[in-house]
Amino acid sequence: MNLKRKLSSIAVALAVSAGAVQAQVSDGVIKIGVLNDMSGLYADLTGPGSVVAARMAVEDFGAAKKGMKVEIISADHQNKPDVGSTIARTWYDTDKVDVIVDVPTSSVALAVSQITRDKGKAFLVSGAATSDLTGKACSPNTIHWTYDTWMLANGTGNAIVKTGGDSWYFLTADYAFGHALERDTEAVVLKTGGKVLGKVRHPLSTQDFSSFLLQAQASKAKIIGLANAGGDTINSIKQAAEFGIVKGGQNLAGLLVFLTDVKALGLQTAQGLIFTETFYWDQNDASRAFAKRFSEQAPRNNYPTMIHAGVYSAVLHYLKAVEAIKSDDGTKVIAQMKKMPTDDPLFGKGSIRADGRKLHPALLVEVKKPAESKGPWDLYKIRTTLPAEQAFRPMSEGDCPLVK
Amino acid sequence: MRHQRIAFGVMVAFFALAPLAMYPIFLMKVMCFALFACAFNLLIGFGGLLSFGHAMFLGIAGYGSAHAAKVWGLTPEIAILTGTAAATALGLITGLIAIRRQGIYFAMITLALAQMVYFFSLQANFTGGEDGIQAVPRGMLFGVLDLKDVWAMYATVLATFIAGFLLIYRAIHSPFGQVLKAIRENEPRALSLGYDINRYKLLAYVLSAGLAGLAGATKSIVFQLASLTDVHWTMSGEVVLMCLVGGLGTVFGPVVGALVIVAMANYLAQLGAWVTVVQGVIFVVCVLTFRRGIVGELGHFLKKPL
Repeated sequence: MNLKRKLSSIAVALAVSAGAVQAQVSDGVIKIGVLNDMSGLYADLTGPGSVVAARMAVEDFGAAKKGMKVEIISADHQNKPDVGSTIARTWYDTDKVDVIVDVPTSSVALAVSQITRDKGKAFLVSGAATSDLTGKACSPNTIHWTYDTWMLANGTGNAIVKTGGDSWYFLTADYAFGHALERDTEAVVLKTGGKVLGKVRHPLSTQDFSSFLLQAQASKAKIIGLANAGGDTINSIKQAAEFGIVKGGQNLAGLLVFLTDVKALGLQTAQGLIFTETFYWDQNDASRAFAKRFSEQAPRNNYPTMIHAGVYSAVLHYLKAVEAIKSDDGTKVIAQMKKMPTDDPLFGKGSIRADGRKLHPALLVEVKKPAESKGPWDLYKIRTTLPAEQAFRPMSEGDCPLVK
Repeated sequence: MRHQRIAFGVMVAFFALAPLAMYPIFLMKVMCFALFACAFNLLIGFGGLLSFGHAMFLGIAGYGSAHAAKVWGLTPEIAILTGTAAATALGLITGLIAIRRQGIYFAMITLALAQMVYFFSLQANFTGGEDGIQAVPRGMLFGVLDLKDVWAMYATVLATFIAGFLLIYRAIHSPFGQVLKAIRENEPRALSLGYDINRYKLLAYVLSAGLAGLAGATKSIVFQLASLTDVHWTMSGEVVLMCLVGGLGTVFGPVVGALVIVAMANYLAQLGAWVTVVQGVIFVVCVLTFRRGIVGELGHFLKKPL
């Protein structure tokens, strides 16, 4: 027992001295960990593409020329909070990762945010949606970059209620993201004078939506709101077409739809869908150039989704902040990132709020009819652009403990 | 008995010294699963009962202790006991139903019950569904020892594991354990000798459930998370694999098996979905070439049961 106590005190001493070395600009390398779904239902809209986007950001920042050593590693969290949090912990503890980026699947993102805070590192969310990341679960070590559920609900919900879709039925993915999206959309629908007739929840990554769709059909709601994402959205829209739901006079509202989802559905099925995004590749010369470069390296030559664009933009800004303060201490870098205005070719000029919300305009888009499309990736028409102040939830309504 | 004492010493020394060279969180995971596998081995290796639903005990205890620590704000030792008690109670209820049948029917009944527990965990409010119970506080052990310190946590897990292991060791080598083995070898004969076999089976089942629960409850305090993975049927399969690879019916086999399987899941993680394929291949190789498992073969070679 005595020997064991001695050994454990040696171990503690070793751990402490190792910690001291790490506190100086950690081992001269900035290590970026891209953690997302590499093989499941969100692999197309995040996955290996996010690694490509991060690598492009490091190239464009010119890290090599500036003498900064940047490494990128990646892992698959399989959309499971336990797998994700184990990887995050190992990365921070043993692999000397300084910042984790992307992390779709809100339940995993919330777990990683908590660990990042405990370890004093940095976490840049592009893939996850829940607005709780800048609300009651906000953290001084997390920045929520690309989009959130409040923004989607506000953009899409408002537009649909205004065009007459005033009775809703929700088809919701049964986890943190779906609940948040349903909650935020319901609030918008009620506020603008619509009503919610009911809701049904399906497990994450469902193959067969028939029983859920039949309930939605029986509700006679004008709008069936799909509070799900990725493969789940694709499956529910396809199967709704098979049930003739749209032909029967009900409309589908995809609350979170990505470029790759529309591509997978095909314009014939997806045409006319209205939803909100923050990035579309065909906006301007810079975004087109980015998309072209991206697709050359991406799996199956896919074009970038807004999540990929967000990863690029977030990594670029992170490296600028590290350069400015010459440290990669997570808490300090995040503070510096909030202090500096953001500027990149994809999202233009923007800023980051004290609660960790990155601000930029949102785009309300409509999927083109097959006849209108001029190329394989020419999929959207941009209907309106919402300015940043209107697009995101005001800080005062978020209940973030950091800014009270 | 002496060689088993030596083996025990080697095991304790390994877990006491390994954190100097290896990642302590990984080792804590190994110990939690080793305890889980030992508890499972008590039932199949010595009682001859193949349960295919042991994940329900691991999972429900995890939820129990996470809920107790997070929502009720209890200290970690009480939280772990709450989780263990929940698993033991579940073991008593499911055991009363399951032990009435043998062989494949027993396995199917336990699988069915475990699936019920899985869907309960998916839908019940307090488990958080897909999100699980996150950010579970590790708290202060006995109100004094701060478990946020990784070495304090490590020592706690090590002590829990050793205590659970010794309890199983004692049970196996007691008259109770001898009767269990007799039941495994020939149930009608044990019955004809006048043993109330159902009572023995139920006791073994509940003991196994409680110890599996102890592992799950500790695990959720270590990882500060209780999630659906621990209740899922694949977890029930994984523990069978651990016992088979290490050696069914050996004392130390499950520990080695857990180390091998957890290390594989950890170090092959970048292969993603291929981990299951690799595990499957190992399972087949193990069953075809060394059916006694790693420790079983070693014991056979040394001509001493380990």
